[in-house]
Formats: sequence, structure tokens, C-alpha cells
Amino acid sequence: MYSEKLKKENDFQWYIDPVGEMNVRVVIYADKQLVKEMDEKVYEQAANVSKLPGIVKASYAMPDAHWGYGFPIGGVAAFDAEKGGVISAGGVGFDIACGVRSLVTGLSTEDIEGVKEQLADKLAHHIPAGLGSTGKLHLSRNEIEKMLQGGSRWAVEKGYGTKEDLLHTEEGGQMSGAKPGYVSEKAKNRQQDQVGTLGSGNHYLEVQKVTDIYNKNIAAAFGLEVNDIVVSIHCGSRGLGHQIGTDYLPQMARGAGASGIRLPERELACAPITSELGKRYFGAMNCGVNCAVANRQVLTSLTREVFGKLLPKAELKLLYDVSHNTCKVEEHSVGGRKRRLYVHRKGATRAFAPGEASLPEDLKAVGQPVLIGGTMGTASYILAGTKEGMELAFGSCCHGAGRVMSRTKAKRRWYGENVVKVLAGKGILIRGASMPGVAEEAPGAYKDVTAVVNVTHKARLANKVARLEPMICVKG
Amino acid sequence: MVRKEWENYSHPADMGIRGYGATKEIAFSNAAVALTAVITEPRNVQPKEMVEIECEESDLELLFACWINALIYEMSTRRMLFARFEVELKDNKLSAKAWGEQIDVSRHRPVVEVKAATFSDLKVKQGGNGQWVAQCIVDV
Repeated sequence: MYSEKLKKENDFQWYIDPVGEMNVRVVIYADKQLVKEMDEKVYEQAANVSKLPGIVKASYAMPDAHWGYGFPIGGVAAFDAEKGGVISAGGVGFDIACGVRSLVTGLSTEDIEGVKEQLADKLAHHIPAGLGSTGKLHLSRNEIEKMLQGGSRWAVEKGYGTKEDLLHTEEGGQMSGAKPGYVSEKAKNRQQDQVGTLGSGNHYLEVQKVTDIYNKNIAAAFGLEVNDIVVSIHCGSRGLGHQIGTDYLPQMARGAGASGIRLPERELACAPITSELGKRYFGAMNCGVNCAVANRQVLTSLTREVFGKLLPKAELKLLYDVSHNTCKVEEHSVGGRKRRLYVHRKGATRAFAPGEASLPEDLKAVGQPVLIGGTMGTASYILAGTKEGMELAFGSCCHGAGRVMSRTKAKRRWYGENVVKVLAGKGILIRGASMPGVAEEAPGAYKDVTAVVNVTHKARLANKVARLEPMICVKG
Repeated sequence: MVRKEWENYSHPADMGIRGYGATKEIAFSNAAVALTAVITEPRNVQPKEMVEIECEESDLELLFACWINALIYEMSTRRMLFARFEVELKDNKLSAKAWGEQIDVSRHRPVVEVKAATFSDLKVKQGGNGQWVAQCIVDV
């Protein structure tokens, strides 16, 4: 039982010292309550990650950590290629670069109150969502390859957005090192009709209102005031990303032994970064990242079309786009020395400090916006990266609320139609492709996002900036 | 007593699928019904069209994940749901037939899209009673 070895560093940081095959310690950011609620599996999975070769500093679990497969969801780990470090398909997950983007609209609550129902219906009608839905783009093989190389930049060149959108997306909307040749035909087949679709499960498009501002300076730089309307989109790389994970996971599981890596569990499948397989996965995964940002960019354009027709004075500007299932090459200072590391974030958000070179000029002084999605009935938060966070967890923080109840239990406890009714009573309009799907995503099935965000702030992983409440939620 | 053929079981974030059978082939088939049950009520899916599926892997458990992933791929690209399966296994090779129909959102009311079969809780084993079990967690 790893939980019995858990020691307290301070009120918001806990650790497990290396034992047995663990190469580094496990560090958990949580308060006493979140630790109490954390599944034993989180400790076990974080400890398993610490056993992988070339891991640097620690295996981290964020405050929203929960039982995943291989890595815990909310897990962060960095590997050094020069020290035999690995890249893990299990450490990224199947929904490569699943993430959130938020758009400020220039509107306030009174602008939309009168047209809320209409806006909800039009968004639900215009945004393809749910199983089997297809986008209005049907891409030829040649066009898919361009999308995988170009990411958001490809979408903007096609007319689905502006140059400013690119500045406010991680890596300028285009991940370098994308190698479409390492992506299977099957993965490309799955994607040809799926660009510009929301997907299902916990993915959504929300119209939200700002209810609280916690940091006036940063909020002003982000363009946020109380009562402002914000649109947030949560989705990922769709079928292409799922298939890349499906293709590479067994290859890595089979190849690990040959590379001399003993896997604590098969789902941690990985390959040395410098190996042929490691390089191929990295090239394919970067295509997954580009696919995800391109997808969110096209959805942004569809959202703008709806707002443009119904609320012509709206101007939807991208605040930022963050991906929370990734492996990225970043430079971090470790023991006073700059090192080039492969940072895996599985259900964790990059949260870069003020001054980081990769941030756009208008955000450099305040830090990277961090977008934390809640549930359809509670709240979402906008935070900003801190200097301390760079040291604490390679500039990473939580990504959402984290589930506490399984989908089977949630479906037994709630009916989708009732969830919709109760939320409508609170002024939240739900438009869902699937009512049982809504039940599975009922707010009660998740941890308290506010507790997660408060601990993230107090642990100094990120600064709390604003709280948002949903007004309209289009579910996949 | 009617023996249970398949079930969905709980995982905090995702969903487990499990098939039982007197042979591993039947357990694989029944687990595929459990996969459909994550998405819709399998009884509402008509076996109108047949799709052939082939997989090969280095061991039986990876072969099971490969089988489930092959079905997920066919569901996604053909926009189909499947209800009836025939599986043949030989030397870690699988050849199967899956019968189903095009997704009809209003009739099937699909709950969620399955992204992939994970290796979590991935097991293919024969119990003391001779009964085979094939299972894994699927990512939704």
C-alpha cells in the first residue's frame, strides 16, 4: 500500500520516497481532504510511472488526480533522452491533445438573456456532436496530410479563423515535428469526416458568464470582467488521435522487453525516446496535437458563425487554447542546469510562468492562461501560470474536476431528462445529443472543481484569476 | 440458472466490458456485445450487414484488445453498430464476422463514443469451472 508511505511536505504537497524499483519520488499536490478522497490506485500508478527509465525529479499527481490506465489522470512526468528516457503512448492517452479553448466575446449577460434559448438551439444545430456525427469538411488524403502538418495554421489558411487565433494557441497552433508518414491509413480514415466535430463523453461547448474575479491585473490582461460572456470548447483529436494510441500502444508493449524496459503494467507501454519506435510515435503524436488544435479551430469558426448571425455585435477573440493530454519537448531548469525534457501531461495542463519565451507578447507579463473545465452544473475556472509552478511540476497544473463516480453508477442514479430539468431551473440550458450521455456526465459524478482549483492556487501551481458559470452547455 | 453472457462493469472514469463463454471464441463474441452495450441497447441493433474482421497479435490478451479495437474502427468508419458475432481463433490469429446496421441516432440513442480498448484490466483467462472470461476497460 503506497498510501501508507505518504508523507506530508506541507499543507498542499505530499510525497512518497522511492522504494524498490522507483527511480524518483512521487509528489502529490493536494490538501488533506483531497488526499483522503484519492483512490489508492493514484498512488500505485504514480509510483509505477516513477519506475520508468530516465524520469527526472519526480512523478507528479495534480490535485484532480484519479485512477487512469497506466498513468494516473492528472499525472505529470518528464524524461531525459540522454539518460535513457522514454516516451509513452500510455502517458499521453488515446485522446491526444484533448484540451480546452476559451473565447472572450465582448458581450455581457444582459446581451444574451433574451436570446438564450435561440442561441442554445442554434449552437446545438450548427456544432456536430455525438456518436456518428460528421463535420461539414470531408478531407481528401492530401488535405488530411496538410492538416496534420499545419494544425490550426492549416485551418486559418482555409478561412477558419484569424492570425491572432494562432498567437493564442500553444506552439502558435502548429506543433513542429509532425510526421504524417508515421500515422496509419486507418487513423487517417477515421478522421476524414471528423474535423470540426465535438465528439462525445465529457466534451462540450459552453457559453459561460464570469461570476468572480480573483486577480484584477491578470483578469484585465485576459480581457475578463464580472458578467462577461465567455465561450469554452472542450474536445480533442477525435478518431485520428484514438487510432494513433491504438496503433502504437501494442507496438510499445511488445517492444519494451526488447529495449530492456520492464513495464510495471502493460498500459505504461513506452519506448526509448531515441529509438526508432520512440521517434515514430513522437512524429505521429505531434500529428495528433495538430489535428486537435485544427479541430478546435474549425469549431471556433462554427461558433463565430452562430454568434455573428444572432448577436452581430459579438466579437469572439481567442483568449487561449491549451491541450491537456500531451508529451512536449521543453527546456526546464533542474538543479540549476537547463535540460531538454520530454514532459508528459496526462490530464494535466501546461501552466507556464510570466516571461516564458513561448507566450505571446500580450500575455508575457501575466503568465499563460490555464483553462479548467468543470461540470455542466457547477463552474469552470481560468487561472494563470506561476514562476513557482515551473519548479514545482515543470509548469503544470490540474485540468478539470476529475470523476468520483463511474458512468454505470451515474446512469443508475440519474436520468438525463431530469438532470436537464434541474439545471434549467438554475438557468443552465443543456443541449445534448444523448440523454443517457447527459446522465453519465451529471455534475454529481465529479469532484468539487472549486476544491481542486483552490488547492492548485494554494500549492502555487497556478494563480486563480476568474470563475465562470455555465449558461448554455452543448454536450457531445 | 441462466448463465450471464456478458456485462459492463465500473471504472471511475471509463467503462469495463466483459464476456463469458464455454470457449474463448464465445467469450470474445460476448465481450463484443458488451462493447455495443456501452453505446446502445444491443437488442435494438439489427444484424443486417456483415463485416469481416481479421487480427493477429503476439498473445491472446493483446489479440483481444486488437479485436475490440478493430470493431471500434469499423463502427467509426462505417458508422455502424454491431449485434451478432462469430469468432474463430487459431494461433493468436482471429478471423471474425460481425453483423450490424447503420447508426440511427433517433432509434439507437447512442450514449457515448468508445475511443479505444485499453490494456487496463485486460484479461483473457479460463476459470476453475472451465468458463472463459475476456475483459478490458474501454476509454470513452
